[in-house]
Amino acid sequence: MALKSSPVLFGLLARLSRRSFSTSKALASKPVTVRDALNQAIDEEMERDDKVFVLGEEVAQYDGAYKVTRGLWKKYGDKRVIDTPITEIGFAGIAVGAAFAGLRPICEFMTFNFSMQAIDHIINSAAKTFYMSAGAVPVPVVFRGPNGAAAGVAAQHSQCFGAWYGHCPGLKVLMPYSSEDAKGLLKAAIRDNDPVVFLEDEILYGMPFPMSDEALAPDFVLPIGKAKIERPGNHITVVCAGKATDTALQAANELSGKGIECEVINLRSIRPMDFDTIAQSVAKTHHLITVEQGWPQSGIGAEICARVMESPTFFELDAPAWRVSGADVPMPYARALEALALPRAADVVAAAAAVIGNKIAEAAN
Amino acid sequence: MSKLIPSAAKLLSGTSITKAAGPVATTSNAKYSTKSESTFEIKPYKLHKLDKGPAQSATLTAEDALKLYEKLATLRRIETASGNLYKEKIIRGFCHLYSGQEAVAVGMRAAMREVDSVITAYRCHGWTHLMGVSLVGVLSELTGRRTGCSRGKGGSMHLYGRNFYGGNGIVGAQVPLGAGLAFAHKYRGDGGVTFALYGDGAANQGQLFEAYNMAKLWDLPCVFVCENNGYGMGTSVDRASASSDYYSRGDYIPGIWVDGMDVIATREATRFAIDYCTSGKGPLVMEMETYRYSGHSMSDPGTSYRTRDEVQEVRQTRDPITSFKEKILSNELVTPDQLKEIDTQVRKEVDEATKVSKSEPEVGVEELAGDIYYSSLEPQIRGVTPAAPLRHVEVVARK
Ligand SMILES: Cc1ncc(C[n+]2csc(CCOP(=O)(O)OP(=O)(O)O)c2C)c(N)n1
Ligand SMILES: [Mg+2]
Repeated sequence: MALKSSPVLFGLLARLSRRSFSTSKALASKPVTVRDALNQAIDEEMERDDKVFVLGEEVAQYDGAYKVTRGLWKKYGDKRVIDTPITEIGFAGIAVGAAFAGLRPICEFMTFNFSMQAIDHIINSAAKTFYMSAGAVPVPVVFRGPNGAAAGVAAQHSQCFGAWYGHCPGLKVLMPYSSEDAKGLLKAAIRDNDPVVFLEDEILYGMPFPMSDEALAPDFVLPIGKAKIERPGNHITVVCAGKATDTALQAANELSGKGIECEVINLRSIRPMDFDTIAQSVAKTHHLITVEQGWPQSGIGAEICARVMESPTFFELDAPAWRVSGADVPMPYARALEALALPRAADVVAAAAAVIGNKIAEAAN
Repeated sequence: MSKLIPSAAKLLSGTSITKAAGPVATTSNAKYSTKSESTFEIKPYKLHKLDKGPAQSATLTAEDALKLYEKLATLRRIETASGNLYKEKIIRGFCHLYSGQEAVAVGMRAAMREVDSVITAYRCHGWTHLMGVSLVGVLSELTGRRTGCSRGKGGSMHLYGRNFYGGNGIVGAQVPLGAGLAFAHKYRGDGGVTFALYGDGAANQGQLFEAYNMAKLWDLPCVFVCENNGYGMGTSVDRASASSDYYSRGDYIPGIWVDGMDVIATREATRFAIDYCTSGKGPLVMEMETYRYSGHSMSDPGTSYRTRDEVQEVRQTRDPITSFKEKILSNELVTPDQLKEIDTQVRKEVDEATKVSKSEPEVGVEELAGDIYYSSLEPQIRGVTPAAPLRHVEVVARK
């Protein structure tokens, strides 16, 4: 069987030159945790614009259930950092209404699992109103909080909503990985005039990442809808976001030792999705895997694969693209089962080897 | 405690209960014998849209007293063990202790019948045990082992048993589910009543009010039980609730405020509630005022939003176990030795169950895809990659 390595180009090469690599220089002034980067982003934006306020459960006096809003209530007071009762659909609705009226609420869900209580306001009220009103009513609200797997908290508290929200027109959906992502994207989200769903990872909160002086500056904002190439490579494209980026990078390290160089693309934004960056990478590597924590069916990886199928990028592939995802089960509590329910670096290594191996096997025929 | 135990009573070591033949005296100066029963006054209930509330006094036999004490002690001990297992990192994730609130569950359970059903939130270890799950079943679910009542798949927030529907992690969600259980009691005509428990924080969720409305419209035999322990995580009731008279928040549903630290009060109130609901009058709201000693979950030190003194004061003046112990001892319904014996027994049983909960293995990894569906239409379940399919297994026997 013939390989498809001489692709139909469709101008892909022309676009290659536009590819940008990592935005931050490695001049890391200091390591900053994702938690602190988020905190900085909110603080700076509250400082900059008095229409910005925070509401959610335990965000004020308790400093946030996961301490992301630490110190903000002390600094900005009751008016702008507001503890709500445990009434997600109520306060999400209030946030959206306030956004209708021109304020810029940051609505924290203690975790995104609880946004399910409020999903009607996120989708029916926030996402659709600008369209339904023919542009009369913008909805500049940010819904944020930890999303995805957390350790040992079982089925109702451990799941990814990237695909759920990524499904909905009218929403922008961001999924930061590093501290730089967290800060730059959250600031962009707060300044954006559309409703943004901002999916953080509890497991990353305490993780320190080097931040450049540029990223530490108060005017640092990342563009929404642009992916970041975390690690360049020639052999296989690995597309991921959020915590899965960590898994992918670990795998890339390991694979590098085996002579396989991964190009790791951190999507940063699930919707809009930077398919150009993916396409350009696949044009170079001819192999693709996606990594996500969410369930496989209709997931982020499924979307990427579908876009590949629908585009000339299909002809770039030397082997079928694979998804590495959460297993198709509710999250179990028991330690060994939980570990098997989520993609690990070893799974990404195995998938990359299989996809590249597929090509070798096919070539041998 | 020691000041409450008459020193003479200590001499009674080894004596068994002497049954009083005559009518029961509520006060007695018979220091050297115990009585067969005693009557206790109950702190006045507060009523909402009710002419008559539960009995203001209740009689306990010595046997009742010992049983209630044993349950209270067991629930406290389960939580001590859970707290330790968490500190040893054997319990992972969240772990919400019930210490301080035992009288609510124990009193309620004492009044409940076999046919009645219960649903609650994540503070469910004690309830699960009271509903018939063994200590090993509870503790090894917390440690995620195969002997757990959910085979280790549910963890501390998702325990289930006969007529006990969890163990729910989503604040407030259990309340309409409870109304649904009550709907089924009525539909089947089995005479059962459902107790749907929720916290003062959960009390503000909108879905409660939707459930209230339908329960009242359709006269469902549902008792909405608000366990007001003063806080929802780090937020005190007055910072979360525009009205903290939770017993009246069903508006058109009658309600009762109950001293949730008094196991006799919670038992009597529950008896009343069962009578009320089974007479076809529809739902009832019960607010049980209680207190949680530990932080919200094990990771919350529980000291930033309240003072240590506050916790200490409740422990000293309102503790559900200590206060019950004082009552039954000072009424000479039981002897200190009997209680000590129970303490020893309970400690031993919980310690043994704890050991099992640490030594049992987890279920095999094939159960990752076990019982996702009652009847899975696909034999294969996708794993993390296309090359790692799982097989759907039916672990629990299907009917
Ligand atoms: C819908 C939802 N929102 C938020 C949470 C996080 N959360 C878990 S328990 C809790 C506090 C609940 O307080 P309360 O109802 O008073 O019950 P208590 O913990 O005091 O027993 C919160 C906010 C959740 N589990 N579900
Ligand atoms: Mg509470």
